[in-house]
Amino acid sequence: IGHPEFFPLVFTTKTQEIFNCRVDEDVTEENCFKLIRKDDIIQDLKARAAISDFHPVKNIVLEYQGEELLVVFDPKFQYGQNFYLVASEEAKENLLKPPETAEEKEAENQEETLEVCPYKPPVHKPWVSLGSEKEVEEESVKDGVTKIKYMFSRVRRKFGAPITFTDKNASEVKDSYIECTSYQDKAFSIKKLEKDMGVQMVPRVTEASTQTTWTYPKNAATQYFPRQLSSEEKEESLSSEKLKDFLTSVHLRMEIALQQNEIMNAFFDDWKALAEDESSSGGKPDVYLKAYQSFVDLRYLKDRTISCICWHPTIYGIIAVSARQRLSYEEQFNLSEKSLLQQPVILFWSFFDPLHPQLMLECPEDICCFQFSPSDPNIIAGGCINGQVVLWDISQHEEKLQNAETVADEVKMTTVNMVNVPTLNVLYNTELPLVRYCAVSSIESCHKKPVTDIHWLPDCFEDNQMGATFENRDEIRVQLVTCSPDCSILFWDVPVPKLPEPSSEKLENYALFDTAPDVPDTLKNLDLCWKPLIKIDLHESDTTKEYGPTRINLRELHYHYKTSEKLHTLSPQREVRTPSSKNRRVLENISTGFFVGTEDGEIVYSDWVIEIKGQNHTQKYTIHTETINTLQRSPFFEDIILSIGGRNFAIWKEGVTNGPILQSSCSAGRNTVGRWSLTRPGVFFIGRDDGNIDIWDLLKKTHKPSHFQHICKSTITSISPWISSTKQHFLAVSDDLGALHVLEICQMLSHPSRNEHASILDYFEREVNYLKYCEQEFQEFQAK
Amino acid sequence: KVEDILKRIQAHSGVIATMVINDEGVPIRTTLDNSTTVQHAGLLHPLTMNVRSAVRHLDPENDLNLLRIRSKKHEIMVA
Repeated sequence: IGHPEFFPLVFTTKTQEIFNCRVDEDVTEENCFKLIRKDDIIQDLKARAAISDFHPVKNIVLEYQGEELLVVFDPKFQYGQNFYLVASEEAKENLLKPPETAEEKEAENQEETLEVCPYKPPVHKPWVSLGSEKEVEEESVKDGVTKIKYMFSRVRRKFGAPITFTDKNASEVKDSYIECTSYQDKAFSIKKLEKDMGVQMVPRVTEASTQTTWTYPKNAATQYFPRQLSSEEKEESLSSEKLKDFLTSVHLRMEIALQQNEIMNAFFDDWKALAEDESSSGGKPDVYLKAYQSFVDLRYLKDRTISCICWHPTIYGIIAVSARQRLSYEEQFNLSEKSLLQQPVILFWSFFDPLHPQLMLECPEDICCFQFSPSDPNIIAGGCINGQVVLWDISQHEEKLQNAETVADEVKMTTVNMVNVPTLNVLYNTELPLVRYCAVSSIESCHKKPVTDIHWLPDCFEDNQMGATFENRDEIRVQLVTCSPDCSILFWDVPVPKLPEPSSEKLENYALFDTAPDVPDTLKNLDLCWKPLIKIDLHESDTTKEYGPTRINLRELHYHYKTSEKLHTLSPQREVRTPSSKNRRVLENISTGFFVGTEDGEIVYSDWVIEIKGQNHTQKYTIHTETINTLQRSPFFEDIILSIGGRNFAIWKEGVTNGPILQSSCSAGRNTVGRWSLTRPGVFFIGRDDGNIDIWDLLKKTHKPSHFQHICKSTITSISPWISSTKQHFLAVSDDLGALHVLEICQMLSHPSRNEHASILDYFEREVNYLKYCEQEFQEFQAK
Repeated sequence: KVEDILKRIQAHSGVIATMVINDEGVPIRTTLDNSTTVQHAGLLHPLTMNVRSAVRHLDPENDLNLLRIRSKKHEIMVA
């Protein structure tokens, strides 16, 4: 809209007052022109300077030729603001003059003036018809004829009656339809000029078949023999030049290849090694002990705690547990009141039957510890709470144990068939065989206090009364060692057992012995008159202080279990004999040192040969504050021993006399039992009295356990790891409530990484050196 | 000289046996018994021919240098 000579202005009320152009008072829509003197404007500009409304048009005002400027009120904001200034005289004249006369003709400036007609209200006038009534009448609808009403009725019962429809051909009845036949109309004929057509090519396919005649079947075969050069030809070619050249050119590469093979192991499987590395370093895999099975027996294990667990060495899935009275700490020492409400037993559990124990061994007293004989898994030796040593022979039930799986199914089946509940108990009773012990030591010559540890001695030597060790060639374990807090270690001799003969004549001989019929006759002569071979008293000669050993550990206690088949191949008839000292080599370099853990928490390292002779080279260490409950050699390193007692544990190396290689800080709970892992050299498990198992991994952390897992609510009394197969590694954990938990060790904990053995060995070496260094420093310090 | 070379190769540690076979696949000289040698020759000769032709097909100016067959138990080298 911008007109070149009209400048929009905003007039504030102040300005309007000054120039008397107030809206709707001085200046209205009709009377929109206002002449303002130029001098007034200039004065206003001077007075108010920038805030004057004329400030934007200051130049125009100053240049204006005339005396008065025209300001026009613009109520419709045509030019943008409510007032506009007319910048030239000519335009002013045009504005003032023409609008009064030029309502019909258009203004030269193209100014539009708005026509405002006055408003007249409408006035009533008479209706003038213009012919629309006719149309309206034509369009309206009226009833031409009166409506006719018809009423139809039908008998009510015909409503809803079933209807049958029939078909009828329309062509049969005449005139029932009218046809409009088509005919060719001669008037029309359209010639088709264009036609769309499609063509497809298809190969001609024919099927044909033939059959050949196989006149008569005949097998054809060829026989050949390889071409071979005769010896002259061989000689000839061997000496030919061509061969010589060939060999000289080729032998170099052969040698290179062979050397390569020698340098690098050609058969190293990189792929498998890659997988191993990844599994150990990548991510954080779950380390856990998976619960495999739990065994609880309510009849025999009620209110009893499990004192010892042993896996059956040959039969898969059989564990034996020994139950004992659950005594409080004080009662354990007094042992005066023994309630014999329940028969103390050793129970055999099988994986395949978690509800019923497989076998039960009767014990004269509560058993503290027991072991399977490594050479004959049917002989079991146990130590009682009153100091006696007991032997069992379960060879009769061996087959039953091996078929434990099938027996379990049978038992289940028979119980299902039974309807009456009381008969179930009877069945249960008769199915569980009770094996009575076949030999027990004499009461006078055994320990005075509970037998806390029992071990079978390795088969390579026997001690005789002189203290020298002899070689036992028969590979039958014949000696036991037991220790007890009555300060003595006893060596027992188990004579080679004799297999019972079912002949009747022998029965007369044994009629003197009044025993139960199904007890095997092995070791009959030992019963109640079995005496130890050697007795060692542990006491310091000068102070007459005595040690009460609770655990003992000899060097050569590595067990190699043999299956019983081998035993059967030996002569079936063997007589009881005492080992003769004739054709035996005296073993000179057997290490006779042993570790003993005592009641007061001391570890004593001594030598039994020297003990007998009276000299004393024992070393004593007091690291633990409470009774030692575990003293075990590492299955990988022969001179590394783990000792656990009270709130801490220590690792010792035989030969290092300064102190333990590793000693742990006090843990939160009391450690009750510990075992080395059978597959990983740096891993061992410790059970605590709050039901946790701490898993220590020496490669990861040595100041605290790398993992711990909560197993049960009560004190853990015993742990025993076992390898059943390469994939299944088990950990049997028993608790104070008489329950046995079998846990499966996860692969992380059971498979050693490649250099683990070497790393652990390194670690121990370092610790030994560190100890030596500390000792040196200490001595130097003392010398100062 | 031929003997020396063969003896040297045989003397390497880890070498179980050595065989010299002519270009028709007939064994000339061997340290194994006859039947085994014949069996090895009959199986290895066509294999070597095959491998060599494969190498030459891929690049006509190439030729087979050494063929090593490494199995779980042994390694066979054919030059």
